[in-house]
Amino acid sequence: MDGIISWIDYISGRPDEILETTWDHAKITLIVVVSATVFSVLLGLFVQSRPTLRALSLSLAGIFLTIPSLALFAIFIPIVGIGNEPAIYALFLYAILPILRNTVTGLDSVPSAVVESAKGMGMNTTRQLLQIRIPLAWPVIMAGVRISSLITVGIAAIAVLVGGDGLGTYIQGGLTRLGLPNSLESVWTGTVFTVLLGLVLDLVLATFQRFTTTKGQRL
Amino acid sequence: MARPPDRSARTALPTRDRTRDRRMSENADTTLEQNESTTGGAPSPGDRLRKIRLEEVEKRYPGTKQPAVASLTLDVHEGEILVLVGPSGCGKSTTLRLINRMIEPTGGRIFLDDEDVTKANPDKLRRRIGYVIQQIGLFPHQTIAQNIATVPKMLGWDKNRITGRIDELLSVVGLDPDTYRGRYPKELSGGQAQRVGVARALGADPEIMLMDEPFGAIDPITRDRLQNEFLRVQEDLRKTIVFVTHDIDEAIKMGDRIAILGEQSVIRQVDTPERILAFPVDDFVRDFIGEGSTLKGLHFETVDEHVKLEPYPTMHVGDTPTDAAARASEANTDWILLLDEQDHPIRWVAVGDLERGEAVTAESGSEVAAKVSLGATLFEALEQMLISEAAVSPVVRDDGSFYGVVRLTHLNRAIRRARLEAREHYESLEATS
Ligand SMILES: Nc1ncnc2c1ncn2[C@@H]1O[C@H](COP(=O)(O)OP(=O)(O)OP(=O)(O)O)[C@@H](O)[C@H]1O
Ligand SMILES: [Mg+2]
Repeated sequence: MDGIISWIDYISGRPDEILETTWDHAKITLIVVVSATVFSVLLGLFVQSRPTLRALSLSLAGIFLTIPSLALFAIFIPIVGIGNEPAIYALFLYAILPILRNTVTGLDSVPSAVVESAKGMGMNTTRQLLQIRIPLAWPVIMAGVRISSLITVGIAAIAVLVGGDGLGTYIQGGLTRLGLPNSLESVWTGTVFTVLLGLVLDLVLATFQRFTTTKGQRL
Repeated sequence: MARPPDRSARTALPTRDRTRDRRMSENADTTLEQNESTTGGAPSPGDRLRKIRLEEVEKRYPGTKQPAVASLTLDVHEGEILVLVGPSGCGKSTTLRLINRMIEPTGGRIFLDDEDVTKANPDKLRRRIGYVIQQIGLFPHQTIAQNIATVPKMLGWDKNRITGRIDELLSVVGLDPDTYRGRYPKELSGGQAQRVGVARALGADPEIMLMDEPFGAIDPITRDRLQNEFLRVQEDLRKTIVFVTHDIDEAIKMGDRIAILGEQSVIRQVDTPERILAFPVDDFVRDFIGEGSTLKGLHFETVDEHVKLEPYPTMHVGDTPTDAAARASEANTDWILLLDEQDHPIRWVAVGDLERGEAVTAESGSEVAAKVSLGATLFEALEQMLISEAAVSPVVRDDGSFYGVVRLTHLNRAIRRARLEAREHYESLEATS
């Protein structure tokens, strides 16, 4: 009980600072999720009907996800220096797999009869893609985007270790001062606001998904 | 010449426009007989307007030894339903999909309105051709209205025209526009979805429709209804339709002409259903038609013109029984038909009862349960005959008055005549070729 009270004291003492840090965190996440979505969806569209490339890109994206995060972040330091940049590159690689996989399976799940009838009515391939295949794969693609955004929000907290911003600074700051006043409060602040940010982002994406699908696609 | 196909009779449904059928039959008399052969018919000046022509079309799928379609030549006439029927895997779907170039032919040429479309822009070509498949393939994320608007939108129709067209088409396929326009495909039953599929294919009023087992995945009762409705719609629209099925009964019901295909889409026989039933050219066709082809042929013969009906002894209430009995024995029948004041047949009276001098009332003998009207098919007449007391089928005029009776010998003669005519037709073909 004491802990909670002192934590509330801690955050009410520095609301602006916390909001700003959360916004930094959100910025990193948004940059990563948006760019990974564009990249992965395009890649997914390209590889979906090309078996070799499809297998190759999916396994590669899978391998990225198994590289320990700290190592992956560090790999980029020699190339782009320290700060938010190495973090963004690393997070980008992590975010690919869920979106890519869901784009491919989403496109797979479009009934062949639907594509056949679209083609049979004289839709060219671009039209088939934009009016039929992507809209029908969209809920599945969006599910991938949401998973990626949650992964990104969580792992972005490590950015601080390569000199980046974000809520990781509270966690790291608290951990290095463990035992000293406000150290636990600081760790809690970083953790709780990361989780909250993730929830808000997911809610935003869910709303977006709802507005970009029709009643015919919902269960 | 057999009487024109009358599908209302075949399907025991409301009467269809006879004049159309008669017109087609006249054409069949004069032109088809000279031009059609079992291999698809060579073009000739007297031919009916040719809408689609496949010329030595071949399709060889990559990596297969045998072509799926081997050198197929086939004409489809304007306004007819040509049914492609044959065993599974014989190449019906492939043939159909060659017409709208969903599949590119590996040989031969395809003509629409005598225009070579083998190299035409396939997307533009497909917008001119309605396409209905068994799985329907409605766009699940679009409303029924949006689905139907697909081709009109691509063709750049203005909004009002499209809106009007949607409602018109929904009515054509028997769906209330206000109820269904805004629904999504998942909110439809299978039969309703198939109707929307047809409406969507009719979207921009194409002259040609390709239908690949459109009623294949629907329960028998609904299928029957959809078939009948479709025939009725076609009565007005007169589209040129190529219709694929593997069901010979559906082919007989739907087809103005039927092409029976063997392996690799080789035409074994192409002709009107009645002639195919009357004269299957070989064992393959005979096997494919299966049992009961003679009975099926009765659907194409009607109780008028061609059937010279026989008089039958009749009497009215109040006639002297012995006079009536004399008439019956003169006609050599065991029964006499009792008519009411309007000459409607009402009772079968046994001659034996009359000879005994029993007074005849409206309750004498047994009820006339079975009668057919002029214009009914011989199939219906046969059915009535089988349940009739006197083993003949009384025929009544439109006003219900007695006209004559159909006997078994009539059916026998009609069938044999149809067979003879069909055989002569094929023999004359052979002689000229
Ligand atoms: N894409 C393809 N690649 C290779 N072979 C194919 C392809 N599509 C069809 N075939 C082959 O071509 C032949 C004809 O197929 P098609 O689908 O036209 O038959 P069908 O008469 O429509 O049969 P069904 O009544 O079963 O629908 C079959 O032997 C089939 O295996
Ligand atoms: Mg098929």
